[in-house]
Formats: sequence, structure tokens, C-alpha cells
Amino acid sequence: MDPAYITPFVSSISNVFETMLQLPVNVGAPSIKSDSAPTYDVSGIIGMTGDVEGTVVLSFPTATAERAVTLFTGMEMPAEDDDFADAIGELVNMVSGGAKAQFDGKSVGISTPTVVMGSGHNVFGRKSMTTIEIPCTSDIGEFNVEVSLLLPTATPTAQ
Amino acid sequence: MKVLLIDDSKTMRNIQKGILTKLGFETLEEACDGLDALGKVSTFNPELLLVDWNMPNMDGLTFVKKYRAQGGTSPIIMVTTEAEKSRVVEAIKAGVNNYVVKPFTPDIMAQRIKETLERCAAA
Repeated sequence: MDPAYITPFVSSISNVFETMLQLPVNVGAPSIKSDSAPTYDVSGIIGMTGDVEGTVVLSFPTATAERAVTLFTGMEMPAEDDDFADAIGELVNMVSGGAKAQFDGKSVGISTPTVVMGSGHNVFGRKSMTTIEIPCTSDIGEFNVEVSLLLPTATPTAQ
Repeated sequence: MKVLLIDDSKTMRNIQKGILTKLGFETLEEACDGLDALGKVSTFNPELLLVDWNMPNMDGLTFVKKYRAQGGTSPIIMVTTEAEKSRVVEAIKAGVNNYVVKPFTPDIMAQRIKETLERCAAA
């Protein structure tokens, strides 16, 4: 996948977690994800439509997700809480929105988020899309962002 | 001052409520989408509105157009992940007075609210 569409996610992840959670994140090298590799336990999922189509998944182990939501909302919130999924959804919304804003000149819409919980689940994009996994580590644990995009022919201009 | 918070995320409404309460705003009402907000503006009569863009049932931009079309004059701040310049222009044309891009710090939100109210009071 064209790196010009992955770099925006790297910067957006850091921006969202540092601004809303005051949590520095070490973003690792993106790599192609194998089809059979499961995501973590809690996944926030956003669809992209328009000039760039695809799916963005923000996935955490449960304990990391609970710590992230605590930092985000300012209150202890177990995964069973009614508002837990809402908070995870808003995080993936901000990561995706921040990234698409850097797709210069491209008109891209994002869906309202969906959140899936359960150990060992997989999130599959379209067969024609390659999934890029962006590993992240932080003081509250590891998590990752998976990006599956169907790209336009032209590359966005770096901002 | 009465403030209407319109966002489909309860988490974001709570974060905004916390910031507004610290700033001294006490009369806050919430709406979970544009449709819900349209039903509340006539009875609540907000003096400031914070509006998300991407919401189910009725998005924030549609709400802003309908609110302005029915004569609503209170200042509106769009609080959204939609950060592209074209989106900001589209929102301003629809009647938005100021813009906050998510993610935001409490300081940024406070600054935008202050400058919006000052600007609208002077107009």
C-alpha cells in the first residue's frame, strides 16, 4: 500500500492519544497483516467511503482498552459498562478523522463506529484489500491499528 | 448561559460538559443527533450550541442548516473530526460561527468558546 496513506495514521494515533489521554505512544513500523492473525479483544471499526474506501480498526487487549477508556473519560470503566464501547468508538473515530484529513485533495467520508468485543476475533476487509498493521506500545500496554484501503490512482500530496 | 451539546457520543458530551462546567456554564442540555437537537431547541432556547458533524439520523451540517433556516441565531461551534479545509468552509457557509477539530485540549475548547461569544456579542 502506498505509504502516503499510512503515514497519516501514524501521526493521527500519536495526536489522539497524547491530546485526549495525555498518553505518549510509540508507533512501530507498519507491516502487512496475515489474513489468519486475530486482532485483540476489543476492536473499534470505522468504514471509509469516497475517493478512498476501506476499513480502519483500532484494537486493544481488554485490560489495555479499560485503561485507555479510564484515561479518556476520567473515570474507571469496565468493558461491561454501557458507555465503554462508545468511548472506544470515539477513539477510532478521531484516529480515522485525523488521518483522512491528511489525504490531501481527497473527498473521504467516515461511518459511525462499530465496536466488537471478544477474544480471538478477526476483522476481515474486502479480499482485494491488503491490511496494514501498525503496532503501538504505551505505558498502559500494547494495541494496534489495522488499515485496509482501496486507493485512488494518484498519491496524496504531503501536508 | 444555556448551552446545547449535540454529539452521538456520550463520552464526548461528558468531556465537553466537564470543560463547560469548569468554565462556569451551568445550564447544559444534551442531544444525541441533529434530529434530537431540532426537537429541543424550541423549548430549551440555547444561547450557544456545540455540534458534532457525523451523527446518525441527522448529521450536524444538516442540523445547522435547518436551525438557521428556522431563524435560530445563537452562535454555533462545530466540534468534529472533519478537519479538511473544504469541510470547514462548508460548515461556515451553512452558518457555523467557529470550529474545533477533535482531538482537542480543554484549553483549545475554552479559547474557541470565549472568542466565539466575544465575536458574536460584538456583531
